[in-house]
Amino acid sequence: MSDNTNAPLPNSAASLLRALGRPGVLFLCETGAMGIFLARGIMRMFSSRTQIPKILRQVRVIGAGSMFLIVFIGLFTGMVLGLQGYYTLSMFGAEGFLGSAVALSLVRELAPVLTAIMVTGRAGSAMAAEIGVMRIGDQIDALEVMDIDPMAYLVAPRITAALITFPLLTSIFSTVGILGGYATGVLMLGMSGGVYFSRIGSSVRWADVSGCLGKSLVFALIVVAVCCCKGYFAHMRKDGMGAEAVGNATTSAVVLSCILLLAADYALTSFLL
Amino acid sequence: MERLWDIEFQSVGLGYGDTVILDDISVILPGGRISAVLGGSGGGKTTMLRHIIGLAKPLRGRILLGGNDLFSLPDKALRAARRRMGVLFQDGALLGQLTVAENTALPLTEHTRLPSATVREIVLHKLALVGLADFADYYPSELSGGMKKRAGLARALVTDPPLLLCDEPTSGLDPISAAQMDELLLDMKARFPNMTIVSVSHDMASVKNIADTVVVLHNGGIAYAGSLEGLENADDPYLRRFMDRSPPQAGQVDDPRLQLAEGTRKLMHEALGF
Repeated sequence: MSDNTNAPLPNSAASLLRALGRPGVLFLCETGAMGIFLARGIMRMFSSRTQIPKILRQVRVIGAGSMFLIVFIGLFTGMVLGLQGYYTLSMFGAEGFLGSAVALSLVRELAPVLTAIMVTGRAGSAMAAEIGVMRIGDQIDALEVMDIDPMAYLVAPRITAALITFPLLTSIFSTVGILGGYATGVLMLGMSGGVYFSRIGSSVRWADVSGCLGKSLVFALIVVAVCCCKGYFAHMRKDGMGAEAVGNATTSAVVLSCILLLAADYALTSFLL
Repeated sequence: MERLWDIEFQSVGLGYGDTVILDDISVILPGGRISAVLGGSGGGKTTMLRHIIGLAKPLRGRILLGGNDLFSLPDKALRAARRRMGVLFQDGALLGQLTVAENTALPLTEHTRLPSATVREIVLHKLALVGLADFADYYPSELSGGMKKRAGLARALVTDPPLLLCDEPTSGLDPISAAQMDELLLDMKARFPNMTIVSVSHDMASVKNIADTVVVLHNGGIAYAGSLEGLENADDPYLRRFMDRSPPQAGQVDDPRLQLAEGTRKLMHEALGF
């Protein structure tokens, strides 16, 4: 029998691995493991008739719980965009395009990305910590011995809830941000409200809105996959045990989510433009 | 009649990864009896329990549950076997976001379509058995350690399983609560005579109260397996120390690490302001 483990790698694969280095290969392995974890969670989304109460609870935790934060951040992001945009555009005598600038910046980029990052900080970290505590407190083992699939019980409802709430929160962020731009451009700096909104209507296309919602769905999957996976395997971490492992899992969940969100944003933007 | 669930270890090696904790053990925990697994801290008691539950696979050998090799069972049969087990984890392992009643009802709400009134009736009955009927709507964070264990026991018993496995049921409990836990296990045995109970413990007083058979783990193997009376009359020095709760014999006293230089002690006390 031939021993494939000792077979030399093709030149292209070997040079790619060399270029990535050990950290790069580990990162790829970890991302792949999270992809498999996510796929297992998605396969169990419709596995149990008792999913609905769990999904509703997670919608409350991820969605309603993040609402105030999203409104607050969205409002100030829109206000800053309005202020910066007005003075920049007025240098070219184009302040009438403020509505377009604010709306396109928000809908195409800022709303999905900032919403995802804010929800990661608030709900994603809580997901990682809660599942991590359940892991080290034997609660996940208890589910297994009761023949309750932890993926169906813990991960699948969070995936469904994130897919429901991320687009809604992103829409709220965009709307409130546009109103924030209105507050600075129209109410504070005296621009015409009619011009502000008519420019938004004429410049924002359906493709921008669908791209925005599409990004928010992808970001929802990234945040849930990373945060749930980090918590789920907190007991296998080499950098700590018990509470320390949960803390480290939570930190790395937030950091990795943010990195992957920004990388995915670049990839999706390249694809959509 | 419900069959008896013998648990048989056949030349089993237990551990995780490259670490072997128990090697080549062969023992039978008889069905319909209360068996206690004893041993020092880190001796492999909880590891043994985790393998019986199927949470970890043995490195070698076979574990037979009611005559079936647990790890050769098809997935569906393994899941069916798990539904016939009740497990009390060391700290209860109650889900923090659910009330005591919801925790206890979990196996029923997830696996059956029983009306909620029926589930509630069963749950309150089990909670009454463990003395927690008045705490059904409390959250685990509102309970003491002993109450959490009793709630965990109610959850383990809610399906009337023929096999009950308890991990350190009396550890961390005051003597009265520990005695109450022993009484609960004996009461369960009286109510369900065919129930096989395995209790992992290092509480000799508790073991003397409840156990029919005893397995003592030591040095990666089995130091004793048999009746409680046999253990009480054993001549083996380790078993005698275990029974008499006596420290290791002299020899280690000469270890230089047990001596702290007077100057060092004085320095520490000065630093602490004593």
